[in-house]
Amino acid sequence: MKLAFSTLTAALTLAATSVAAQEVKTIDQTVNEIFASSTGWFVNAIFAPLPFQINGAAFPWIVMWLVVGATIFTLYFGFIQFRAFAHSISLVKGDYSDPNDAGEVSHFQALATALSGTVGLGNIAGVAVAVGIGGPGATFWMILAGLLGMASKFTECTLGVKYRNEYPDGTVSGGPMYYMSKGFAERGIPGGKIMAVLFSVFCILGAFGGGNMFQANQAHAQISGVVGEYPGWITGLVFAAVVYAVIIGGIKSIARVTEKVVPFMGILYVGTALVILLINYQHIGWAFGQIFAGAFTGLGVAGGLVGALIQGFKRAAFSNEAGVGSAAIAHSAVRTKEPITEGFVSLLEPFIDTVVICTMTALVITISGVQLIDPETGRFILAENGMIATTGDVQGVALTSAAFASGFSWFPYVLVIAVVLFAFSTMISWSYYGLKAWTYLFGEGKTTELVFKLIFCVFVVIGAAASLGPVIDFSDAAIFAMAVVNISALYVLMPIVKKELNSYQSRLKSGEIRKFVKA
Amino acid sequence: MSAKLVIGLDGSGSGGRALDYAKKMAKLIGACEIIPVHVIEWSPYSFQTPEENAERHKRREEEIHLAQDRILEPAVKQLEKDGFKARGIVKHGHVADILDEVAVEENADQIIVARTSEGGLAQRIFGSSTSNLVMHARVPVTVVI
Repeated sequence: MKLAFSTLTAALTLAATSVAAQEVKTIDQTVNEIFASSTGWFVNAIFAPLPFQINGAAFPWIVMWLVVGATIFTLYFGFIQFRAFAHSISLVKGDYSDPNDAGEVSHFQALATALSGTVGLGNIAGVAVAVGIGGPGATFWMILAGLLGMASKFTECTLGVKYRNEYPDGTVSGGPMYYMSKGFAERGIPGGKIMAVLFSVFCILGAFGGGNMFQANQAHAQISGVVGEYPGWITGLVFAAVVYAVIIGGIKSIARVTEKVVPFMGILYVGTALVILLINYQHIGWAFGQIFAGAFTGLGVAGGLVGALIQGFKRAAFSNEAGVGSAAIAHSAVRTKEPITEGFVSLLEPFIDTVVICTMTALVITISGVQLIDPETGRFILAENGMIATTGDVQGVALTSAAFASGFSWFPYVLVIAVVLFAFSTMISWSYYGLKAWTYLFGEGKTTELVFKLIFCVFVVIGAAASLGPVIDFSDAAIFAMAVVNISALYVLMPIVKKELNSYQSRLKSGEIRKFVKA
Repeated sequence: MSAKLVIGLDGSGSGGRALDYAKKMAKLIGACEIIPVHVIEWSPYSFQTPEENAERHKRREEEIHLAQDRILEPAVKQLEKDGFKARGIVKHGHVADILDEVAVEENADQIIVARTSEGGLAQRIFGSSTSNLVMHARVPVTVVI
């Protein structure tokens, strides 16, 4: 892995030195080619299809892996995502928080921080990709995957808090690498350490991929869609400079501003989507009809039913990151005596992210009619690349932008700001996740941390310059590779979560755990 | 049976004025305990980066130590030197809420705060901590000029 990185960075410096001699466009292409050729094998391994085909469509084994995992956790914990939903909200409101812990990280803050890492481009661009390839039917499978994913989050975040490291100086570090090594040792099962190392490697790759390059790439697509085409490395350099200022320069004020503006943008986004849906209320029934019909027939999309299902599952997983393990890092800083409470709180995350926000995007795209339907057959017209043809030939974030613009012509401008801010906050979150994995592997220390942060900034530029295809593929592959290791570990450790759950619930019932009443 | 006075201390000159008034009252009352309270403004519903979360516990301890060293301990020492019974409390939260809560918990007879002179747009919209306290307190409040 390290080899691949050094080749990449070396190639980038080479490309940079030849700037003067070459046309600007060729830098993008050079970065692109190196990128596609150096990551192709990894992408192929992760997305290898199952040996059999359904309806002639290949089924990547990794999608099956995630859904089976989420289903097993759902069944094992007896549909915890529905049973504990109300209690989760009560926890977030602070009903069970000890007033003497005021000033510590609250459940709300842990959830908000984790959400600002996941709510982002996956909800805007990722959904557009899913609906662009899989049609409205992908939405159905996306919602289903979101609901199931709540159980995966519950499992991993409980473990994240239970096995976190608390250092003498008062800081905490948590995440899958810690529950793998400590949890396996506790159960007397070998291999925890190896899994932790594997996970960390994939987490670093995921931080560079989905948490960084994909964000930079789509932010660039959105900006150039509004102000006109210009080379991607320019956006990349600007983004890299700001990220540098925050993670290396320690300029907290930028991060603080983003953290305050991002929730506001999220509310504005959902609000606008709701208004568009209300204006077109007579089409909502039709849109849900399309979603259900598409979910079971495919409505002519590439791969039919299975095509829609794969896209929906894939994008849901990429958006809410359930089972991936990243959330376990984000949630582990909470102040609580009961690790299971953070599990409850974290199961709200896929709900807000996927079931609410992603569905909004999908509904707006479907209702807008940007996707072309053959009036005679009622099936979608496919473009040459296998995606559904759209007015103006748009895909990815541009499709969402076009769909929202059909309701409010000014919305693309708001979307640019939203995309840039979401991209930025996701990058900041993932730089932290990646860093935690990095320090787990190479030890904590100023120099090792600096090396990671510098590489992270370089990848911002690469991401913005590479074309959509190779970046999305690599992003997906890296994030899903984390899930392979993480879900395996969760299977081994889920009896520990069950024990915690049973103990907590009996104490809740007996009244030992109760709401704090204010003085 | 002794009286208890809760004093809001923000570490500025206005806190000192509240303290001076409290001493005057305490002398008149006789058997009286003075409890200076410093509140570190904090909300459980704010948004933070993962890094800030990871360091939160450490920062909280630092904030508490700083408040103890710089604000409460000097005040308590001075009070004791002047012959009063005194004890400092530091807490995180909203100033008005916490002063009221502490006063109720301690069974205090009065809260003494100084009028704050800071201005700004936020205050015009949401009102100052002092006016919030006066409106919602469950214990009598004295506002010192």
